Amino acid sequence: MDMPAPSHDVLNRKSRIVDRLKNALSVEHVKSDPVETRAYECDALAAYACQPLCVVLPGSTGEVADVLRICSEERVPVVPRGSGTSLAGGAMPTSDCVVLGVSRMTRVLEVDYECRCIRVEAGRTNLSVTGAVEEDGFFYAPDPSSQLACTIAGNVAMNAGGAHCLKYGVTTNNLLGLTMVTMDGSVVEIGGAHMDASGYDWLGLVCGSEGQLGVVTEATLRILPRPEGAMPMLIGFASPEVAGACVSDIIRAGVLPVAIEYMDRKVIEVVESFSQAGYPDCEALLIVEVEGSPAEIDDQLGIIGDIARRHDPIELREARDADDAARIWLGRKSAFGAMGQLNDYMCLDGTIPVSELPRVLKRIGALSRQYGLDIGNVFHAGDGNMHPLILFNANSPGELETCEVLGAEILKLCVEAGGCLTGEHGVGIEKRDLMHVQFDPADLEAQMNVKDVLDPAWLLNPAKVFPLGATATRRAAA
Amino acid sequence: MLIPADERELAEAVSGAARPLAVRGGGTRPVGHPVDGDDLTVAGLSGITLYEPGALTLIARAGTPLVEIQAALAAEGQMLAFEPMDHRTLLGTSGEPTIGGTVAANASGPRRVRAGACRDFLLGVRFVDGRGKIIKNGGRVMKNVTGYDLVRLMAGSRGTLGILSEVCLKVLPRPESTAVLLLAGLAVDVAVRAMSAALNSPYEVSGAAHVPVGLDGDPVTMIRLEGFEASIAYRAERLTDHLAEFGPVEIERRTEGPESATAGWAWIRDVEAHGGTGEDVWRFSIPPREAPALVESLGDARVVLDWGGGLVWAAVEPGCDARRSISSGHATIIRAEDETRNRLGVFQPEPEPLATFAEGLRRKFDPEGILNPGLMG
Ligand SMILES: Cc1cc2nc3c(=O)[nH]c(=O)nc-3n(C[C@H](O)[C@H](O)[C@H](O)COP(=O)(O)OP(=O)(O)OC[C@H]3O[C@@H](n4cnc5c(N)ncnc54)[C@H](O)[C@@H]3O)c2cc1C
Repeated sequence: MDMPAPSHDVLNRKSRIVDRLKNALSVEHVKSDPVETRAYECDALAAYACQPLCVVLPGSTGEVADVLRICSEERVPVVPRGSGTSLAGGAMPTSDCVVLGVSRMTRVLEVDYECRCIRVEAGRTNLSVTGAVEEDGFFYAPDPSSQLACTIAGNVAMNAGGAHCLKYGVTTNNLLGLTMVTMDGSVVEIGGAHMDASGYDWLGLVCGSEGQLGVVTEATLRILPRPEGAMPMLIGFASPEVAGACVSDIIRAGVLPVAIEYMDRKVIEVVESFSQAGYPDCEALLIVEVEGSPAEIDDQLGIIGDIARRHDPIELREARDADDAARIWLGRKSAFGAMGQLNDYMCLDGTIPVSELPRVLKRIGALSRQYGLDIGNVFHAGDGNMHPLILFNANSPGELETCEVLGAEILKLCVEAGGCLTGEHGVGIEKRDLMHVQFDPADLEAQMNVKDVLDPAWLLNPAKVFPLGATATRRAAA
Repeated sequence: MLIPADERELAEAVSGAARPLAVRGGGTRPVGHPVDGDDLTVAGLSGITLYEPGALTLIARAGTPLVEIQAALAAEGQMLAFEPMDHRTLLGTSGEPTIGGTVAANASGPRRVRAGACRDFLLGVRFVDGRGKIIKNGGRVMKNVTGYDLVRLMAGSRGTLGILSEVCLKVLPRPESTAVLLLAGLAVDVAVRAMSAALNSPYEVSGAAHVPVGLDGDPVTMIRLEGFEASIAYRAERLTDHLAEFGPVEIERRTEGPESATAGWAWIRDVEAHGGTGEDVWRFSIPPREAPALVESLGDARVVLDWGGGLVWAAVEPGCDARRSISSGHATIIRAEDETRNRLGVFQPEPEPLATFAEGLRRKFDPEGILNPGLMG
């Protein structure tokens, strides 16, 4: 993976930069000893790692502003970081950068049930946002599988999704306000407990900008009343085509499940041996979850069952109680872990139109055979967000490279099918060089123009999202 | 009047423009500062180009009349869930609202409170920037975080950053059944509490509005439920119990016809109460809890509350500055004389550094200043 050559000028000034940061924050929150900064050398795309110049852990918006002002003056690149669970290398440092972590900023600032929102510091983890309101019957809807660890800051930066976003939307649909600090140290307040912008939609623009426009320090999030209950149904099919057609029919029927999850034979087999979830022996499996009162759940599962039966399912299992439900979800929830036990894997994240599912799955199978690497498919079928898991052995020379080439082929296939390179994990460094597959130069130029306005010196997370070649002049001007 | 027939002609019209352009779709939503420029209408770029009911997606050229889209969706039992308002009654305009104008104004109706705004249903855009370059962003899939989200930036930018040529929208199934719970005689503060109680229940309320002076002269609070027949019957009953402290509830049911027609939702959505009067009309988006204080501070103004109190439409004495009545959120002038609009500013002034960023974006996307210059500041 290409990264820009570090600035020797910055490296040479390391001690001065570190001293200035130590003057601004208390000493223990500036880490420059390689032993301490080691934990920050990569994110969940662990194949790529680099020690940063130093790591700072500010405790307030004011301290974040101080840090950014200093870095701006010293012309040091800054890489914002939440929990480092990015799968795209979004939080990966360069050797001449300051990693700015918000993990100390975790407070709940305000809970307002009348306005149905919560204001938190951005380093708070996703799950603990729901934790702060669940006793009162509320929850925060976006639920990435990493929700125990990942932060709201990282969720905002990546516009994270989750299993339940078919019904509730992704981060951008549940975000009401932000406090953000731009690279020059200006504190920006966007939105609040009210809905929608008067002028431009800054919230929408910042959400998903991968830490390139500003450092998010606080967020106002929409919270929702918990549904009365939820229940999944498991349906096994003899072929991916039939499963795909069934998904389409369910969506058309007017039922809006909270989740429609898909697993293929490979994943089912691995998961079965790992967690004994009791999944049927079949080519494709759907987990469809609906919400409501017990009677409403019965009605909806009744409709879904009728639709599924028209597609000759191999098995159709309706959860009767919480135990059944947990067993149905068990395998899906352990899928990534189970695949990881088997081998190293690379998790892709392209999205395709739901109608293209069968065709794309078939092509992925062919590519898997062509490159000689196994692929398991587990994904959010309701919205076409695929997660092909390419299995490889990192210790076997050349396999990582083959895996990356195969991954790129699959993502190109997603774009060609009318979809996109990434549905929820972000571009980071991983898909940076594929951006031209989806976008023309003018499309990319328009996006980079936005960064020019908010971060004219291109110091915030500069080596991410856009192909390095496309940003070279801008970064050099910094 | 410039009437390009396709995207390429649109791009040529922009790159060849010698003077600023006043962009319009149907011209039914002339909100913003008056623009001095040559008229350019996008109405020539018309037609649905892709509609996949099984994938809940629709792509249309920006000039496509909204009615055409709504008819196509209705034929498949689907709808635009953000319930875009029709500004014609309120503004006394004529013509056909277009999907491009709807998106450019981020026009969202009562269901916004549950389902989301127009911007939440916008999956992709194609547009022509101020130099005549054709740019695309987003796409036709439900989940997409590839690059910056210019899709949402374009929603609500009212033609000041680019002229939309094509939009892709997520659509939703139309509910089988609707029930509206009506509460009579509530004071504004009590009504906001009642709406909040309803919205905070697990029954997925899809509309919560209050009018201090309803059609029969008395206050009425409206709570809407939508979904499958049996579910709505159940939820209406449970919600009635849940709202018992606010007095007796009358329930209106409907299982067919346009969903918004039920019990006056179109009347709320289009703010018909303020149509054809001589007052200025202001739109406030505020934290719902602040609605009672806003209404009180507006004095004699006639108001309509939507979004559980989060959206307030006020008809106020011409020329007066109603923006002073809010402490958070934003106030927009929807209808007033040009003099008032210029003096008070149509949109909420943005705090720094956002105002500078906004100017910076306009300079990047429209360096010559030809796209609706001055409309948004
Ligand atoms: C097992 C596993 C499962 C996952 N499942 C999902 C899933 O279901 N859905 C999903 O969407 N993602 C998923 N992810 C990806 C990841 O968890 C998300 O991208 C998450 O939002 C990252 O949050 P984080 O706090 O770890 O951020 P980090 O990884 O630290 O950073 C992510 C990005 O955000 C930027 N950033 C961090 N903090 C700030 C800040 N304060 N201001 C501005 N920018 C900032 C970084 O620079 C980086 O570009 C998964 C990851 C793992 C490892």
